[in-house]
Amino acid sequence: MFLRPSFRLVPDGTRIAFMRGRFLGLIVSALLSSLSVVLFFYPGLNLGIDFKGGIVIEARTPGAADFVKIRAALVGEHLAGAGVQRFGGPDDILIRLENPPSEAATQAAADRVRTALAQAFPGTKVMRVDAVGSSVSAELFRNGMLALAISLMMILAYIWFRFEWEFAVGAVVTLLLDITKTIGFLAVTRLPFDLVMVAAILTILGYSTNDKVVVYDRVRENLRKYKTMPLRALIDLSINETLNRTLGTSMTVFLASLPLALFGGSTLSAFAWTMLFGIIVGTSSSIFIAAPILLFLGEHRLRKDAHAPRPAKPTAARLKGGA
Amino acid sequence: MLSFSRLKITLILGICVLGALLCLPNIVRAPAPWFPWRQVHLGLDLQGGSYLLLEVDTKAVLRERLEGLVDTTRRTLLAANIGYLRLAADPGQNRVTFHLRDPAQQDAALAALRTALGLGQASPPGQEEVSVAPEAAGEIALTLSPVAITERANAAITQSIEIVRRRIDETGVLDPQIARQGDDRINVQLPGISDPERIKALLGQTAKMTFHLLDAEANPAAGPAPPGVEFLPLVDQPASKLPVRKHVEVDGASLTDARAGQNPQTGDWVVDFTFDSAGARRFADITRANVGKPFAIVLDNKVISAPVIREPITGGRGQISGRFDAKTATDLALLLRAGALPAPLTVVEERSVGPELGADSIRAGAIALAVGFVLVIVFMAVFYGLFGWIANLALVVNLILMLAILSLLQATLTLPGMAGILLTLGMAVDANILINERIREEVKNGRTPLGALEAGFSRAYSTILDSNATALLAHVMLFVFGTGPVRGFAVTITVGIVTTLFTATLLARLIMVRWYAATRPALLPV
Repeated sequence: MFLRPSFRLVPDGTRIAFMRGRFLGLIVSALLSSLSVVLFFYPGLNLGIDFKGGIVIEARTPGAADFVKIRAALVGEHLAGAGVQRFGGPDDILIRLENPPSEAATQAAADRVRTALAQAFPGTKVMRVDAVGSSVSAELFRNGMLALAISLMMILAYIWFRFEWEFAVGAVVTLLLDITKTIGFLAVTRLPFDLVMVAAILTILGYSTNDKVVVYDRVRENLRKYKTMPLRALIDLSINETLNRTLGTSMTVFLASLPLALFGGSTLSAFAWTMLFGIIVGTSSSIFIAAPILLFLGEHRLRKDAHAPRPAKPTAARLKGGA
Repeated sequence: MLSFSRLKITLILGICVLGALLCLPNIVRAPAPWFPWRQVHLGLDLQGGSYLLLEVDTKAVLRERLEGLVDTTRRTLLAANIGYLRLAADPGQNRVTFHLRDPAQQDAALAALRTALGLGQASPPGQEEVSVAPEAAGEIALTLSPVAITERANAAITQSIEIVRRRIDETGVLDPQIARQGDDRINVQLPGISDPERIKALLGQTAKMTFHLLDAEANPAAGPAPPGVEFLPLVDQPASKLPVRKHVEVDGASLTDARAGQNPQTGDWVVDFTFDSAGARRFADITRANVGKPFAIVLDNKVISAPVIREPITGGRGQISGRFDAKTATDLALLLRAGALPAPLTVVEERSVGPELGADSIRAGAIALAVGFVLVIVFMAVFYGLFGWIANLALVVNLILMLAILSLLQATLTLPGMAGILLTLGMAVDANILINERIREEVKNGRTPLGALEAGFSRAYSTILDSNATALLAHVMLFVFGTGPVRGFAVTITVGIVTTLFTATLLARLIMVRWYAATRPALLPV
């Protein structure tokens, strides 16, 4: 019954002139990324305790949580700076304490919160305790950033090695634009930026690169196949040819991430929403950013051998393409 | 490209069967305890438990060594009748310096110190633990060699791990995992412990116990402590101090046993201890020589109690009484049995997950996995028909193989790891989509079904390789720089990429080729 495909995402043989929107794509992307950079500085990222240090405690009180009593109990343990908020159900509370003065104070404060809860509400279940000292958080942050930077450099090197440098630069510039937008997304949504988020960003990086590689691979193949086709038309053709796969893979990764966002619990849903955002950004950037950059960088280089025998052709083709 | 040798078919199917077999340990119990039964372990975030990161203050070990050098130097110079000034440890540069009252005595001082430290004249510089050399006119420096510094720090960490293990074992935690991490950290994992408060308190104490005599003349209220004496506070009254002689009469390291108990007369909690034979002899000598005088039991620079010696204690047994309750007495006995830490430990990170949250997370992860899996399968069936079902079959095998490799590695499955599995499933079909789209294109270009299959696989191959290689790079980096649950994510995705390459390019191809050979269709269902 399912022998033949029931639907196609995109009809075959589309001839959408994506490169016509190249300036619009780049300008919109540059604007969004600049806005994201501004958002990165103000209001800034909501750093999770992985990167900021401090304490987060999740607890479940017997019966609905009495916030006044909880705060009083915390003040009694000299933890007046602690923030208490509802989290999930009416009996779930989240206690957060930022910037304790020292490593020992961080751990002592975590123990005191436990004591305060146990005394004020016997029967309270402590679901989770994260207490990260400042030296550890600084190190985790550094390692997270190192992982991002080195991954980017290795991707640059790999694509450079497998393709021409124009492809590598195009891919990495696009990835940087993708990352800045993801950072902007995190700044707007106030999702905590922690190690799990670094994992999300790296996964988006991997996914987005994958997407670019597929389009680039087709461009490279078509460069050999159509010796005289102008680069702009060739890139349009390549994007159209790979459109079904680009959208198909985006859909499957999207479908895989969606249940994580909906049912994955607090840790995974933040991760998954970021992934969903990244998939949309990564897919659109393959078409509207990576390809135009390749066009700008490669217009006179990648087609050099094609220009030589018929010097008049490119201008004509460009006029035709622009019409 | 399309012909599979019999050997290759056997190998491919063999790997699938082997994969299924390797998954078994996760479902069934081991047939016998000795049978190699490797399975995936649940991370602390899923089964509930506590993770602690401890930092060893290795500098304290060096400071202690330098204090020892100061002590040796003082005694040596006094014995050799050499006058000195400003003898002090310089921890910043890992050395001890002093000035000679008479610079002419420099050679004599150097010779005396070298002998006292057991430095042979012949051994080459750099090989010795300490080098003794004139610094400037009339100044001599004793410098610890870099090798000795590293060795001491390493020894301190190895010993700390041993003591930490003993202390945790004494508390009865099952299967604790204790490992060194980096230069000066210890990673402790306590499955099933969601409230590590007591363990943190136990690990945070150095528990260095020593027995000292008190100085009868010195008065803590009047002026600074005379040489060789220090004023130490009492544990239960930090305000009042006792004049304790610095010289250690007996060290807690001489203890063979310590037990909490109750004094039968008063009902107070006490800690009974037993010395080894050398310690017992030493203790007997001291108590015999000092009957009627008080002595101090000092724990981590605080006086626990300072009883008066009523009679010589020759049996090698003693008792500490110091306003304990059941808990503090039990903990002190535990600490004394496990031994003192060579350097102070600080807990720098704690992550604890209660069993309820762990169970919630497993449920959430399982639901997300199931829903995501179904969505991807339906998508592939709807958009790719028969070839989509082949991809789905490959996807199921992919899942089995991932589990097999994770079991073989005895990897830890964390909550982010479950997300990694789901994302791998979403991305794995990318390879099938690439191949299917390619075959479809080749059909449109007028190739025969066989030619299209062949071209589809061979052309998509390099794209699949390139796109997976870059994703692999990113996740290897995440593994290298990540910690804890995030590492689990990197592991599952990395394993997933490898299994995807197998199922999408070999297994799916084999199925398609066998299907083609069996049906010989005039048109491909693309």
